[in-house]
Amino acid sequence: MSRTLESMLVCPAPRSHGDVVELAHGGGGKKTSQLVETLFAPAFRNPQLEPLGDGAIVEVGRERLAFTTDSFVVKPAFFPGGDIGSLAVHGTVNDLAMCGAEPLFLSAGYLLEEGFPMRDLERVVASMAEACSRAGVLLVTGDTKVVDRGKGDGIYVNTSGIGRVRDGVSVGPGRAAPGDVVIVSGPIGDHGIAVMAAREGIDFETALVSDSAPVIAPVRALLDAVPATHVLRDPTRGGLATALCEIALASKVGIRLDETEVPVREEVRGACELLGFDPLYVACEGRFLAIVPGPSAEAALAAIRSQPGGEGARAVGTVASEDPGRVVLRTQIGSHRLLERLSGEQLPRIC
Amino acid sequence: MRHVDEYRDAQRVAAVVRRIRETARRRWALMEVCGGQTHSILKFGMDELLPETVELIHGPGCPVCVTPLELIDRAIAIASRPEVTFCSFGDMLRVPGSDDDLLKVKARGGDVRIVYSPLDALRIARQQPDRKVVFFAVGFETTAPANAMAVHRAKAEGLSNFSVLVAHVLVPPALEALLGCEDARIDGLLAPGHVCTVTGYRDYEALAARHRIPIVVTGFEPLDLLSGILAAVTQLERGEARVENEYARAVTRDGNPGARAMVEDVFVVSDRTWRGLGPIPRSGYALAPRYAGFDAEQVFDVGAIAVREPEECRAGLVLQGRLRPTDCPAFGTRCTPEHPLGATMVSTEGACAAYFHYRRAPRAVAS
Repeated sequence: MSRTLESMLVCPAPRSHGDVVELAHGGGGKKTSQLVETLFAPAFRNPQLEPLGDGAIVEVGRERLAFTTDSFVVKPAFFPGGDIGSLAVHGTVNDLAMCGAEPLFLSAGYLLEEGFPMRDLERVVASMAEACSRAGVLLVTGDTKVVDRGKGDGIYVNTSGIGRVRDGVSVGPGRAAPGDVVIVSGPIGDHGIAVMAAREGIDFETALVSDSAPVIAPVRALLDAVPATHVLRDPTRGGLATALCEIALASKVGIRLDETEVPVREEVRGACELLGFDPLYVACEGRFLAIVPGPSAEAALAAIRSQPGGEGARAVGTVASEDPGRVVLRTQIGSHRLLERLSGEQLPRIC
Repeated sequence: MRHVDEYRDAQRVAAVVRRIRETARRRWALMEVCGGQTHSILKFGMDELLPETVELIHGPGCPVCVTPLELIDRAIAIASRPEVTFCSFGDMLRVPGSDDDLLKVKARGGDVRIVYSPLDALRIARQQPDRKVVFFAVGFETTAPANAMAVHRAKAEGLSNFSVLVAHVLVPPALEALLGCEDARIDGLLAPGHVCTVTGYRDYEALAARHRIPIVVTGFEPLDLLSGILAAVTQLERGEARVENEYARAVTRDGNPGARAMVEDVFVVSDRTWRGLGPIPRSGYALAPRYAGFDAEQVFDVGAIAVREPEECRAGLVLQGRLRPTDCPAFGTRCTPEHPLGATMVSTEGACAAYFHYRRAPRAVAS
């Protein structure tokens, strides 16, 4: 086959990301990584983009700034424990916090569908305003677009954010080291299951609510106590397992995770059993994982637990030099297996 | 979590493993029939705990995997029609057809939906009378009652825009076919617990007697599976060959008569072709003649289907328990869940998917 103009302009290699966009390309798992690595990253290649973290660290004058963006398409827009507005604020301020930054300013872009109830838009905006004030950030610029009825799904929101990276703090997915301890800040999977249950009309005996919340306070306490923290990560799409796999690969270390130590609420476990999901892959929107030097683990746990939203923090694993790039799970019954990144789409449109 | 944690208790698990180790003096090969059992074994790393004398062979109990390619291509052709809303369980969407899969149909604008119950598809049909709603009725005896119920209700309500594409298969005829092979090397069977909750286990008694093989009705939790293995190994060491029920909290000898009656009302036993196993007489269900109006194959004429099985895929051997997924040259390289060659790599009950998702830890760590 002769080379077409298009193939010469785009890339010489065959399109490894497929012919059409699929839901899994936005799932936060392997297909998303593949799309980013084969299409987006090569097109915009630069040193700030290269680490492919939750946000970029850019230097402006003497300041180190963290800069991030996130789009929200959650369905339904209102779910137990939150809505698309508060989620859009939490998601972006949490990404900044995961860069070791204090969030400062946000932008908001609204993509609205003709016919979307004004009352609902007012609710979303009020909820965003409250979330901003709770997180201590200012929303300083925005944009509104409306598409024809039937060409959108009510409301989508994009937020971008800027924060100042704390002095003396240097966190990144490639900094985990042997001897480190892995901490999660609370029970995992609440958000994914709460949204799923609301969307599919599945009633559980107890009301499960999303964990959507800013993690700024517990992260601040952690970095005050342990400025040498190596890695911060919020386990959103793809969950705890995918986040740890990416860290193990980036840091070229082995991570051992103890299943019995991972905090999961009974309701979430029950729903996962019923629906065939693994809680290790279900998203959180108000939790983070921290990887800290072993001797600082107790201080880190105490600091996180001292703040609202961090009370349920637990040490769940350790970092080793053996098995680099791999996450080994010690199961509930004492056997071992490897964890993989999320493959395919487990729960579409949860954020 | 009640009703789950007690079957995953590390100490009780260790105790049963010890008894299996003491009991198994010779080498035995046991087949766990159901793909759900295979996934549980791999997910909990149970094979790592078993002594070398006990080998587990993974069986054909993955309905998505054994659905013939011709039917998947037919589903894709029906789902591609503009007037159709095509409803299916999620894992069927990623099964590769000859050229496409249902997810691609969806990405191109086809109305393909994931449902959790056939009754959800029925609800969509009620709410959208201008759409032709098709449910892909795939499964073993376990899902047959709910699928039968959906068709039964559709007829009672006079819903004319609802139909089902039937791909129902039955476990005992497939086991008969596997055990009847001259080179079969299966010493004992762990029968599928969920199937038996519906059917009971009378059919398995005839199978055990005819092939002189112990069959243990087995559940899905670690302790269930290990208890099933212990019972089978104990019988083998004693030279016994009978049906034993190690899943008594869910299964009785006669199963669920109400569910069976619903199935008998809507379906008739028919010959079926199994992907990877070939045609097996009287091994599936078709809609009974009086429900023919709900048969999607008759409602939609999609013409002749010419299938193309991927040459490299060896899922047939995997489904017969003759090839371990990791021994397939394409496993994890040219065949992954993102780019599957066969259904066994994408189904939630497929053996290749189980080995891919729950890869064994290196021995250095495991010890």
